[in-house]
Amino acid sequence: MSERQYTADEMMTVAAARQLRDGTACFVGIGLPSTAANLARATHAPELVLIYESGCLGAKPDRLPLSIGDGVLADTADAVIPVPEVFNYWLQPGRIDVGFLGAAQLDRYGNINTTVIGGDYTDPKVRLPGAGGAPEIAASCGEVVVIVRQSRRTFTERVDFVTSVGYGAGPGDRARLGLRGGGPRTVITDLGILEADPDSCELTLTRLHPGVTVERAREATGWPLAVARDLSTVEPPTAEELAVLRALEATMRAAA
Amino acid sequence: MAKLVSLADGVAELVRDGDTVALEGFTHLIPFAAGHEIIRQERRDLTLVRMTPDVIYDQLIGSGCARRLVFSWGGNPGVGSLHRFRDAVQNSWPVPLELEEHSHAGMANRYVAGASGLPFAVLRGYTGTDLPRHTGNIRSIDCPFTGETLTAVPALNPDVTVVHAQRADRAGNVQMWGITGVQKEALLAARRSLVTVEEIVDELTPVPGQVVLPGWAVTAVAHVPGGAHPSYAQGYSVRDNAFYVAWDEISRDRDTFQRWIDQHVHKAEVQA
Repeated sequence: MSERQYTADEMMTVAAARQLRDGTACFVGIGLPSTAANLARATHAPELVLIYESGCLGAKPDRLPLSIGDGVLADTADAVIPVPEVFNYWLQPGRIDVGFLGAAQLDRYGNINTTVIGGDYTDPKVRLPGAGGAPEIAASCGEVVVIVRQSRRTFTERVDFVTSVGYGAGPGDRARLGLRGGGPRTVITDLGILEADPDSCELTLTRLHPGVTVERAREATGWPLAVARDLSTVEPPTAEELAVLRALEATMRAAA
Repeated sequence: MAKLVSLADGVAELVRDGDTVALEGFTHLIPFAAGHEIIRQERRDLTLVRMTPDVIYDQLIGSGCARRLVFSWGGNPGVGSLHRFRDAVQNSWPVPLELEEHSHAGMANRYVAGASGLPFAVLRGYTGTDLPRHTGNIRSIDCPFTGETLTAVPALNPDVTVVHAQRADRAGNVQMWGITGVQKEALLAARRSLVTVEEIVDELTPVPGQVVLPGWAVTAVAHVPGGAHPSYAQGYSVRDNAFYVAWDEISRDRDTFQRWIDQHVHKAEVQA
């Protein structure tokens, strides 16, 4: 096969989509998670159940929504339910396999900040949107996949605010806090894939995207990055993955 | 039985300075026109409540209507940050904005408790996050049956809740469908309520997935076709995604924002 041109964001989205197994239920946030989940559904996981916090269970959009409540989600859903039921009947009891989250800051234990950066809480340098559904998604989904661009600004030694708990301060913390979901097993970035070490819970670089070096990943990480001994390279996007992804993204641009 | 009123009269009568006001609608059915009327009538010192303060609250906050915001996610969905919200928090412009911050699960349960006549709600939530350190209204409670420690949040009982719906009949029975979010709970939790609707009909024809709010549980209904724009009313309009994208530029700068509010809110044609 000849060399294909693709961007780091496309590689990241494709890698995230590949994480989603067919037939599982996935809590989808807007942006990259929604793009990745819809790419998965359009390629290897046609039976992936997409759950949007607006109350759309089993949405099957044929174009990418701009918001979690676009009409196409309700029109194509198996059921549209009130928002309190999303959290109380579906998320809280552990019915959702995978939660897909973004992050403004992330630490080595997968704790996430989407609230404030710098200064203090009442007088922050940057005010971010806040929690939304994330704290309970991080707590109660079977596992969490984080999708985020990797840089020192984002991958920080400490997060300025814990909006959503990963592994807290390390092994045993989730059990102590009574968090019933499995936590952030995987972090997909534009440089590669990090996975939580089963013993230390520390996010460990296990795969690099084609052409990315370990040094570059270390430079983009604000803590001494753990690297797996059997570090491997991610398969580049296939022609089909790229074609479907670009077609999906074109549907959103057309709608806006 | 709900009164049929004009939007201006409904807001004048039901939304007062200093009130706790919830405008709900989860992406769909956001009561934009009612929000604009609140700006036109220059309400002040409001405690604004909303799970997802998005563009309509950015407009209310930038217009100086709010003193306090109770919320769980403040952004422009799929676009980015809210610049007026940010400016208020970071620079106290045009007035300081106090925050009470929750998660969606917490806010939804607060409305459920309010609608249920209970003082608080119980959930598995917030545990291990920094939110309880800054939000006094997030506490823990031990289950009297199992001893398990859970989270408690107090009921939300707004002075007035405003929602938009597709239809009402002449007795003020309200019908909505599609994504109905947390509107039923927010309305039943409130002391007073105002519902704007696309259409007033003689009879409400059933629609799959509908929520019907009986007229005797609603204070007032106003006929405001297109009252959700740039949000939408399923069956009547589609979401104006281009406006949400455009808002990023309009709201970034204080002067551009004020000119927009002047032109599109203060000087807008108000229907009787």
